[in-house]
Amino acid sequence: MRPFDYHRPDTAEAALNDASDGTAFIGGGTNLLDLMKLEVMTPDRLVDVNHLGLNRIEETDDGIEIGATVRNSDLADDARIRRRWPVLSRALLAGASPQLRNTATTAGNLLQRTRCPYFQDIDAACNKRDPGSGCAAVGGELRNHAVLGTSEHCIALHPSDMAVAMRALDAEVVIRGSGGSTRTTGLPDFYRLPGETPHIETTLEPGELITAIRLPAPPGDRQAYRKVRERASYAFALVSTAAVLRMENGKIASAALAFGGVGTQPWRDAEVDTLLRDERPSNALFDKAGEVLMRNAELREGLEFKKPLAQRVLKAVLTEVTR
Amino acid sequence: MQTTLTVNGTRHQLDLDPRVTLLDALRDHLCLTGSKKGCDHGQCGACTVIADGRRINACLTLAVMHDGAELVTVEGLADGESLSPLQQAFLDHDGMQCGYCTPGQLCSATAMLEEVRAGRASHVTGELEGEMRLTREEITERMSGNLCRCACYSGIVAAIEEAATK
Repeated sequence: MRPFDYHRPDTAEAALNDASDGTAFIGGGTNLLDLMKLEVMTPDRLVDVNHLGLNRIEETDDGIEIGATVRNSDLADDARIRRRWPVLSRALLAGASPQLRNTATTAGNLLQRTRCPYFQDIDAACNKRDPGSGCAAVGGELRNHAVLGTSEHCIALHPSDMAVAMRALDAEVVIRGSGGSTRTTGLPDFYRLPGETPHIETTLEPGELITAIRLPAPPGDRQAYRKVRERASYAFALVSTAAVLRMENGKIASAALAFGGVGTQPWRDAEVDTLLRDERPSNALFDKAGEVLMRNAELREGLEFKKPLAQRVLKAVLTEVTR
Repeated sequence: MQTTLTVNGTRHQLDLDPRVTLLDALRDHLCLTGSKKGCDHGQCGACTVIADGRRINACLTLAVMHDGAELVTVEGLADGESLSPLQQAFLDHDGMQCGYCTPGQLCSATAMLEEVRAGRASHVTGELEGEMRLTREEITERMSGNLCRCACYSGIVAAIEEAATK
């Protein structure tokens, strides 16, 4: 690792004052320190955000607010989350290993970097790591890369399970800026598509700090998270689906579906949700939803499998939650 | 940077470069070489230690971030010459060959049994709420963060199954 300063402030304000160009906030560090060892990330200062009092989970009017440094294992285990937002518990428990979940934080999970092997290899061209250097993945060996939301400059996959569930649950990110200002943004506006600037992954500005994630009341009581991977445990998703549905009189009253393993960000497609609404569950309907989901997929060589796999997982999850 | 770590009940005052991982602090600064460096990237679990009651990968965290923490390493599991029930079960069931992953397996399994007692669910748990039953399937899922390249998994699972009843 390259040398860096380490700061351990005890208020969010002090943490923001400590941050300057080249600063990284460290929560769990499970991704950041890994990338620092590889010299993919080379911050010259780490500001430890574990002592800012951001580790609480508190009920709001009808929803819940999750502090930025709540550990993934504690979030999965929270009785309120288990009861009302079980899809989030399930997604968290499907990710990483118990040791990593005990360390990794909620905000850190949202901000984790891609596991594209070319991003992690400092000798490979990568527009995300080194803007303008090209993309070794396009034309390279592909397996866990994105098929939705890609650009010619980057096809890196967003690796999170947790964020997929949060996307289906309409999560909002609470962000504090210097001077004490606070803003809130939904995940659709938080994550950016790679376009020509894949190194800018979110709309978080320098000098801003995520303090919490808010979940509104769950949009449905039928919830499931299904993940397909290359081994039974402790592997990133080839494809995953989070489903949050509400049924009324045998029809789908509302549907919120989000997808992992396919997009450059945790993926949600309003057309899929709309297609399902007010319909009776059927195989034909679920097949159609799969067609709509994958209508713009860029199936580069090595990634062709993602289309049928994502469609089958979608169908399986919809069958499960509408039963 | 001045850092205090309490390891297996003994308090240590260290002056560390912030780059030193918790694993390197234990091994290279405190000469507690039971915790092993396998991959050094959080993938193998050989470095697993228990920090403030929770199992973590010591390789993916900085020692300075654990100032004031209470740590348990494999050296702290036995009571003098008397092995913990889990350690004894690993011997009885041949839960190792080369032994390199064993300290991490032991720390991980020790904390895992506490998680089950506390009612924490896993990916394979049917119902998220209620009492947890430690089936073989649950053990393999809950221990997936610890690899064994000698593939002694059947012995490891059998050892944990036995220790869970004690």
